[in-house]
Formats: sequence, C-alpha cells, structure tokens
Amino acid sequence: MDAKTLLAKLFPAGCDVAFDGPFFHGTGDSAHGKIAIIGSIDAAPIGVELAFRMAGDVLRIVRDHPGRPILLLVDTQGQRLSRRDELLGINGYMAHLAKCLQLARNRGHKIVGLVYSEAVSGGFLASSLLADRCYALPEAQVRVMNLPAMSRITKIPLERLEELSKSSSVFAPGVTNYLKMGAVHSLWDGDLAKHLAEALDVPPEGDSRRQWGEERGGRKLARAVAEKVRHAAG
Amino acid sequence: MEKLTFEFFGGAPVNATRAPALVGVVGSGNLEVLVEPEKLDGRCAVEILTAARGFGEIWKAVLEDFFARHKLADVRISINDVGATPAVVSLRLDQAVESFLGGVQ
Amino acid sequence: MTSYYEASARERLHALLDPGSFHEFLPPTDRVVSPHLVQLDTPAAFDDGVIVGRGRLDGKPVLAAAQEGGFMGGAVGEVHGAKLVGLLERARDEKPAAVLLLVESGGVRLHEANAGLIGVSEIMRAVLALRSAGVPVLVLDGGQFGCFGGMGIAARLCDAIVMSEEGRLGLSGPEVIETTCGVEEFDSRDRALVWRTVGGKHRYLLGEADALVADDIVAFRKAAIDLLNIKPDLSLEALTAEHDRLDARLKRFGACRDALDIWSALGIEAPEKLPLLEADGFRAAVAGRRA
Repeated sequence: MDAKTLLAKLFPAGCDVAFDGPFFHGTGDSAHGKIAIIGSIDAAPIGVELAFRMAGDVLRIVRDHPGRPILLLVDTQGQRLSRRDELLGINGYMAHLAKCLQLARNRGHKIVGLVYSEAVSGGFLASSLLADRCYALPEAQVRVMNLPAMSRITKIPLERLEELSKSSSVFAPGVTNYLKMGAVHSLWDGDLAKHLAEALDVPPEGDSRRQWGEERGGRKLARAVAEKVRHAAG
Repeated sequence: MEKLTFEFFGGAPVNATRAPALVGVVGSGNLEVLVEPEKLDGRCAVEILTAARGFGEIWKAVLEDFFARHKLADVRISINDVGATPAVVSLRLDQAVESFLGGVQ
Repeated sequence: MTSYYEASARERLHALLDPGSFHEFLPPTDRVVSPHLVQLDTPAAFDDGVIVGRGRLDGKPVLAAAQEGGFMGGAVGEVHGAKLVGLLERARDEKPAAVLLLVESGGVRLHEANAGLIGVSEIMRAVLALRSAGVPVLVLDGGQFGCFGGMGIAARLCDAIVMSEEGRLGLSGPEVIETTCGVEEFDSRDRALVWRTVGGKHRYLLGEADALVADDIVAFRKAAIDLLNIKPDLSLEALTAEHDRLDARLKRFGACRDALDIWSALGIEAPEKLPLLEADGFRAAVAGRRA
C-alpha cells in the first residue's frame, strides 16, 4: 500500500500532508481531533538529515500543538550506510529523535507507530519501535537482516537457518515473528481509521512488550529475567 | 557442541562456604571455568560443553593432570569451551582454582 | 596503570567501583544462559555476556552493568538484553546516584536477531524513562569491540559518555559499510581512518562523547566520579539546544570528507598530529576547540 492510499484509509475525514523527497508530514483529521503525522516513503534509508528532520518535527509539535497525538508512518530499509553518516554521528541523530519523542510522551502526547511497508534494523529502532505501541499492516516487511547475509556473517549454514526459522521466531525476518516476540502489538486489516481510533484510546501503559512476548511464546525468558534482576535480593 | 563429564575421587574437601569463582571468557580459543563448592560425596565433578568435538581423550588427560595438581573434593567445575588448546585449558583451570581457594569464605 | 581495553568486563567492574562493593545480580552460578544459542550449536556463557549488579562509586550507591566483548562481541540477545532492562527498571525503584553502563557491543546478536533488536528497543525506552525520573545514566566506552549498532543509539540516550582513544562509537561498523558500499566508501582495514571516523578523540571533538581519558581504569573511574552530579535534562529547552547544535554540526561539517577536515574547521592547528597525542596532551591541544 503506498503512502497516499494509506493516509486516505487512515483519515477518511481528510488530511493535509506534504511530501518532500523521502519525507512526509502533516496532519490528519480524526474523531480524536487533529493527529500529527511524520513519515517516510520508498523504504527510505535513515541518515543524519532525515533523523534530524523528524526530530525537528517532533519538537515543533510539542511547542506548537501541546498534547497532539503523533502517528509515525516510517517506511525504511534501515540506517543509511555511509562513512559520512558515521563521521557525523548518525547514532547521535537517531538518539536525538528518540529523546524528542520521549519529551512528547512526557508531555502527554500519544505516539502511535504503524509499519506500513518496510522496517529494518537501526531504522526500525529509530522510528516505529519508539512508539507507545507499534502496529503493522499484514504485508509489512520487518527484519534485522535477511537470512543469506546472516548466514555469511554468523557462518551458520543457510539451510540450518531456514530450517530453524520454521519453528523459531527468534531471528528470521517476518512481521508474524515480531508479533510473536511482542514488538508489534497487532496487525491492522480492514478499517484502518477504526484501528487508529482504538489505538488513540489506549491509556499510557509503559513498555509492555515483554509481557506480550511471553504470552505469545516468542520470548519466554525476557520478562522473567528482567523481573528477577529488578527484584533480586541485595 | 559436545558435552563431556568426568569425575575424580580421593580429593581433599573444601570449605562449603567458599564463594564460587569464574575465570575466562567464552570466545574463540578461550573458555570460561566456573568452580563451585557442592556436596558431592567427596567427588570432584567436571562438566564441559565444548564447540570442538572429538577431543574427549585430550580433555581426560588434561583434567587428570589438573586433578593431580589440585586434589579437590565436593567441588563442581563447569566449563564452556570454544576450542581452547590444552595449554590454555590448564591455565584457566589453575587460575579458577587459585581464585576459588584464595577467595571469600 | 591498568588497561581498561585489556581487562575483562568483570575486571573492569571490580576495579572501577569502590573496592569490594560490587554485588552481582543473577550471577554465573544461576546459569541464566541463552536458550537460543544451543539450537544453533553455538557455545553459551553462564552470564550471557553481561554482568549486572550494584556497588558504590566514591561512596555513593550505583547500579552498574558491563558487557563482555569477548563473548559474541558483546552483542545483545534475549537474556542479555533483559538483564540490562531489569537493571534500568530497578534503578527507577531504587533511585541510585547513577547507573553505569560499561558498554562493549556490536549491537544486536544475529543468532537471536529479533529478540536482540526488541531488547535494545526496550533498553532505549527504559533509559529514557529512567532519565525522565531523574536518575543519570553514564556510559563508559573503551573496549576492543566498541559500541555499535543499537547500543550506539542507546549510548547517546544517556547523560554522558566517557571514552578512551581506543574506544569507538557509531552505528554501522566499518566492515558492514565496506561490504555493502565498497572499499572506496570505507576501507575497514585502514585503522587510522576508522579511528578518525568513530574513535574516542573524534567523538570527543564532535561533541558525541563528553570526556576523553587514558586507557586506564583509574582514569575511567575518576571521569565517572566527576560526572556523578549530572542532572538528566530532557526538557524542551535542552532538546531545542541540542537540536541547534546538531543543526550547526550538519551546516559546518556536512561537506567534510574526513575528520581531519572537521578538526581543521574547528581551528585546530596540525590536526594530523592529534592521533599521536596521549590523552593529557590531546586534551590540552584541543582545549576550547570542541564543537
């Protein structure tokens, strides 16, 4: 689904969005009032400029529209791989975006993430995974790395990885794996505007992904181990 | 991965309140050795998980030499190994025991 | 002088904190190992490559974690990530003087890629929540494997980063960039280039790292103690000021090809000499010139 079709389905009452290269932003009209939209298209690689631009938008929303919910619609192939981005500190720019979103959260802005196309690795970490809850379309492509590349780096035979990924959701690409692991709350199908309205009704809850990962059987240890460290004697 | 277990008898019991000791790192050519006091009816129990298969006889020889140096009883030794040479294994075992015996009671 | 670079994670923690003060949570004897490595025929570590616990720094209570680079490059898996998140959440309960993160990590552990990525995201959320609650988080970075991947982002969420010259901080490793984009883009075997691009001295000059110390655990300890009074600031004012700094960085240095161009632009004479200087001499040579 391309971004314009997505926006029309999310905001049947209308939206006002500007596209500028890989970046788009604007507002959508909903029963909850205006929703701020920050997004990207064409599986944008996230480099210093795009991370910086998104952060600037978040700050502007916090300053000019207190309390307005923020919808992240980021389509990304991951971080931009370049010496220049490393030289300039891309990790710092992504962290800055994350801090700006935390500021928004601390000031009562709801942050909803919807993976509508691709979400990969560092790009995913610096966008949709920063939302209060991350959702996805059924056709979303979510991963850290494809299996052939993983096989080359880990030296584990590709056939073994492919075999294991049939029964384990722990490393292979796929939005259902991320559902099972608790990273994605649910898939949005059908009436997207209704799904968005429900998402905007969710009260603040902290980070519940470990609980979901355990309930769904994708991460059987994370919640319990974190809990053990939190409450360990001494 | 291969799991190997060995037992040794006739050693001198250690103080059961000694703190466990850990030395080494689970990296290529290296190993971690965890030494813990445990009621084992006088045995020294050794369990090894190793990435290098087929070296059982060499492990046996290295451990027998080690036990000759440090005749311990009621001690559990647990090892995660990534293809360390016998020399490195011996070194880590000695370091682990020294840390264990020199440590908190 | 005890090299921070050469020391294991365990050795670093014990030498950094007040003598005898460190108490470990979920120690190796608990054997909380990765359940995923065994099915990939890969050796596991009893502590899954990260040590977490409490201790004292200059008499003040702290929670601390140290990643063991020697085990899978310090990469984050399900258990490893959960130990760090648990520590950060404990800090919200206990409000120690600070949380110290001795980071050494390539990022997400590919063998548990999805669990690792989500684990890093949970660490990021936990750091932000903890700092929002007023507890400072300090990062120490001086190990062989540097601080890359998701941990490179997480590190920059914290209050301050102390680096040695040996330390590296970035997102994508030079090897990954070379493999994907070619050696002309980034020659990962050109060590001088790598360190000019992501190493401690450059990060200090750029403003990505807050302190540059010698490769000595005592120096790291002193720098951490000096930072204990830092107050987390995630206010609109602070983030707007940061935004302006990051904007200036893009404008001033966005066209620079190499760190030497950036260091020249900062007004440093003989920038090519900087990599040769020891920490004290380096700090003196660049005083007043940091971005």
